[in-house]
Amino acid sequence: MTKRPDVKKLERIASEIRIETVKMLTCAGSGHTGGSLSMVELLVGLYFYKFRCDPEKPLCDTRDMFILSKGHACPALYATLAHMNFFDRKELSTLRKLGTRLQGHPQKGLPGIEVSSGSLGQGLSIANGCALGARLNKDPKRVYCIMGDGELDEGQIWEAMLTSAHYKLDNLCGIVDNNKFQIDGRIEDVKGLEPLKDKWRSFNWGVLEIDGHNIEEVMDAYDEAETIKGKPTVIIAHTVKGKGVSFFENQNKYHGVAPSKEELDRAIKELEI
Amino acid sequence: MNMKPTRDGFGEGLVELGGNRQDIVVLSADLTDSTRAGWFKKKFPERFFSMGVSEQDMICTAAGLAISGKTPFACTFGVFAAGRAWDQIRVSVAYMDLNVKIVGTHGGVSVGEDGPTHQAIEEIALMRILPNMTVIVPCDALEAKKATIASASCKGPVYLRLGRAKEPVITKEKDVFEIGKASVLKRGGDVTIIACGHEVGESLIAHDILKKQGIDAGVINLHTVKPIDRETVVNAAKTTGAIVTAEEHLIAGGLGSAVSEVLARECPAPIEFIGVKDRFGESGSPSELFKFFELTAEDIAKAAKRAIARKK
Repeated sequence: MTKRPDVKKLERIASEIRIETVKMLTCAGSGHTGGSLSMVELLVGLYFYKFRCDPEKPLCDTRDMFILSKGHACPALYATLAHMNFFDRKELSTLRKLGTRLQGHPQKGLPGIEVSSGSLGQGLSIANGCALGARLNKDPKRVYCIMGDGELDEGQIWEAMLTSAHYKLDNLCGIVDNNKFQIDGRIEDVKGLEPLKDKWRSFNWGVLEIDGHNIEEVMDAYDEAETIKGKPTVIIAHTVKGKGVSFFENQNKYHGVAPSKEELDRAIKELEI
Repeated sequence: MNMKPTRDGFGEGLVELGGNRQDIVVLSADLTDSTRAGWFKKKFPERFFSMGVSEQDMICTAAGLAISGKTPFACTFGVFAAGRAWDQIRVSVAYMDLNVKIVGTHGGVSVGEDGPTHQAIEEIALMRILPNMTVIVPCDALEAKKATIASASCKGPVYLRLGRAKEPVITKEKDVFEIGKASVLKRGGDVTIIACGHEVGESLIAHDILKKQGIDAGVINLHTVKPIDRETVVNAAKTTGAIVTAEEHLIAGGLGSAVSEVLARECPAPIEFIGVKDRFGESGSPSELFKFFELTAEDIAKAAKRAIARKK
């Protein structure tokens, strides 16, 4: 098993990724702040610990696979990939600008991005296909897929949940960034999801429930998911939309709005460790 | 004449491919026998994936398999493949330019008695407007087999449109099938009929009807609607100066539109369109429906005369 990195170090990285994320968003003038900030620890625990990849050779055979089904949260993923040196950090400032590889939603081709996404509900099915492909290829790779909780409104996710369980895809790990909000408001007001854990369990998935901002718990969950055999595992990560910046947290107007210059300065002050 | 549905040719092609290539995998959305995907399943069960009645999930699962280096064929009825899962095809297949082959059987009104919900008459349009997509409409079972095999070696997404009903086998084993290269079946001097699928056979009969009336009609089998064989289409317009397009599909957006887009710019000529007018299908037997929707050889022959009359 991979040696556990120092949690303090990962927390520092998470803070840097948040700062990069809000900077990118302000520079772009648009984008999804809340749902990017809510999943930062989920990315850090994955990319800086569990995930097998080689930024020098992003398509090497021994890589694991990651699919960001909630594609709108890509600024945090771009910042993470740049931090991992998949591409130069300078490129982050090109987010959403004409000619960029950092499209408004992930586009295949940017090193580290294997799947274009953004139309919600499609990622888990693609992850199933990758997991089935790995099984056919006798390839030990693991497939990870982050979904939004609002995204679970999409019927296709539930079709895919049936498929993953039917094929007993234990090389697949789903992650729900359960930040309790979607663009129209609180999940419970827009279209209730609870009891979410029971739903996944009744679909024959292994279910882990964690505090999605506790990096230790995140790493534990990725480890535990790997030990669950004969079925796929989902990590339901309780998170806070806009995490890390007091005036973004649980303020749903920042779902799809970038921080202003003034807000950026205040945000960075709060995010610096 | 030997009668066989194009879906049978697909099934045969798939089995042949499965034996020759380990990368071929097949997904099916619960219509496994109807689409003939079952023929592959029987021989290569470990490379067959039953997806249930979940077309959207099937298309994206196929995308994941393609990312893993496989060449997936995702099979269901055309209405469900191209209609139900259109956004999945748009984002997870065409946008990523993945090597996914989408097989839509039960295309056209010849689905028959099942009626409008099951008769795909829009999907050539839905598929051909997507960047990176290749759209093939074989005219008989033999061509369908060749098209299936050729699709597997054509990099990128392909939509293969097949039919339910038995059709005469009009092509020959030795005929070369090349994606993007139309087959000129008859060279004519007065008018050219450009057709795909079932309408190719009707066009050949129309050719004979016209011949008896002293009209020399060319017939082109435009099996690949996209990418369109511009050269052959433009040459036909230049040589005969009048065109009829014929397809078992809505007039809007299909082969007729594709031909018009080319000719409007490169060689304007009078065009008459044989296809379903702005409406949905209808229950009935295939032969009744061909008459009802004016898709028969007689309809094509009449259209040819209209096109000729419009020549300047």
